[in-house]
Amino acid sequence: MTDIAAAPTISAPSRRAPRFDVKRQSGFWLVAIFCLAMLYTPMAVLVTYAFNDNNFVMIWKGFTWRWFGIAINDPEIRDAALLSLKVAAIASVIATIFATMAALVTTRVKPFRSMPLVYAIINQPLMVPEIVTAIATMVFFAWIRTMTDYYGVVYLVVSHIVFCIPFAYMPLRARLEDMDLTYENAAADLYATPWRVFRRITLPLMVPGIIGALMLSFVVSMDDVVITVHVSGPGEQTLPLYLIGQLHRGVTPEVNAMSTLFLLASVLLVTIFFIVTRKKN
Amino acid sequence: MAATSDTVTDALADNGRAQVAARKAASRTVWTRWLMLSPALITILVCGLAPLFIILAYSLMKPGDYAGVICCKIVPDAWINLFFEQDMFSDAMAPNYAYYIIFARSILMALFTTALALGVGFPTAYFIATRSPKLRNLMLFLITIPFWTNLLIRTYSIIMVLQDQGVLNKILMKLGIIDQPLQLMYTNIAISYGLSYAYLPYMVLPLYASMEKLDFRLIEAGYDLYATRFQVLRRLIIPLVKPGIVAGSILVFIPAIGDYVITTQLGGGTTMMFGSLISQQFLTARNWPQGSALSLGLMALVMIALLIYAKKAVGRAES
Repeated sequence: MTDIAAAPTISAPSRRAPRFDVKRQSGFWLVAIFCLAMLYTPMAVLVTYAFNDNNFVMIWKGFTWRWFGIAINDPEIRDAALLSLKVAAIASVIATIFATMAALVTTRVKPFRSMPLVYAIINQPLMVPEIVTAIATMVFFAWIRTMTDYYGVVYLVVSHIVFCIPFAYMPLRARLEDMDLTYENAAADLYATPWRVFRRITLPLMVPGIIGALMLSFVVSMDDVVITVHVSGPGEQTLPLYLIGQLHRGVTPEVNAMSTLFLLASVLLVTIFFIVTRKKN
Repeated sequence: MAATSDTVTDALADNGRAQVAARKAASRTVWTRWLMLSPALITILVCGLAPLFIILAYSLMKPGDYAGVICCKIVPDAWINLFFEQDMFSDAMAPNYAYYIIFARSILMALFTTALALGVGFPTAYFIATRSPKLRNLMLFLITIPFWTNLLIRTYSIIMVLQDQGVLNKILMKLGIIDQPLQLMYTNIAISYGLSYAYLPYMVLPLYASMEKLDFRLIEAGYDLYATRFQVLRRLIIPLVKPGIVAGSILVFIPAIGDYVITTQLGGGTTMMFGSLISQQFLTARNWPQGSALSLGLMALVMIALLIYAKKAVGRAES
């Protein structure tokens, strides 16, 4: 913080002489670097210790790759990863289909009276604190479970679909609103049926939006902890649940290796997301 | 004559048919509209909104012996318990200080987190917004990555930094600043650090969005009128990006006040917060009505925050 105060007196003369930089605010660069450091240092520590050749994670002994092999071959991790992937895949696909239909109506139909209500309902899962959604869903599903005597992973998937819908809806709506209507109008002028206009014009044009929606909801579902902790039935362990179980035992670098792989997958997905959505702009 | 009347009736019939067809088409579009909206709306209404009404009902019932509730007599016990507790021996009501402390801690912690995130996020967002487009995209990308990565993994990474044998203690001991490891985990410091770390991107992104639109001619004008850098910041930049400040603060405050993952992992039993208290009522204390009432209380707090935000937004639009 002393740097911030000192900076103008030191650098002002030399800076002002060539050209006065209107946009500069002294010391802000330092905070920005601090901000990035704050975000990345813990993650760097986590990744570094994944290569620690010691059973005690915080005591560094040497470099090794072996924890990655152990993590990949661990049946508990594999089962958890498979369940996470399964739930996220089903939930994101269904949420994206539902959100696509909703987004088509809210952007391609003349605004109607109950439109604000529709928006409010679609965004409802985002407005309520996650812990409240989690326990409300838990209570609701406990009730259905005793009524129907049906137990299964469906409950978890449904709870994920609910909070994935608004996340899938956002990029789809943005894409449809930015889209040029000329092609759709031209097709309609040439006597294409609404279905054909959708299939031949709208759908191909909204592909980036659909990819964005799929990925966003997939990541949100993969990452969810709060709702999964409360809704999942016995024996249903996703990756985050596995991690939560491990955290307060004396963990080995295996957990770090697993987390590193998870981080890597997320970063890969975000990068693809950025490339896909930016290209079209 | 007959021919003319025929054409007239034909025309009338045509007209009528057209009207019927138009009406049919209109009702068909209304039908398709709702048909297409229904999967999303029904899913959210049934599995998102209806459960909230169930916990509203549960909050008004008596707790069952092991879990659940005893139907269906309405008792306001759980709601009264939010603020007052019954004395064990007499029936006198005393203020429920245990809850007051948890409420106050949650609110203060959320406010502190918001302030910290604003303090770090504001200069960062400004710095990013004033870079070249290429550097800007790179930095934004770096800010967004944590936003997409698993919160639990990030929490674990904070544990690795803060725990007794953690990196921070190791560095401080190497430097000779301390000779005993500091107890950082399970403290308020750990929770507020964790919360601001987790929700920092939520602050930077809306701030950046409003700073990107900043008109630097105004700032140039400020300097022409002999304003200092600080005056420009205080009198020009901050008022101009206020929508971003308000949006960012709301986006940090709301998840921070109801947070469950960070508060349960970084805070212990002595640093209970709203989110962990709710979960505890359901999973450990097995007092479902109490947990339901607490959830609705948390929702009310969030709604108040959103209303303040909406009011600010409307006030801005009017002025």
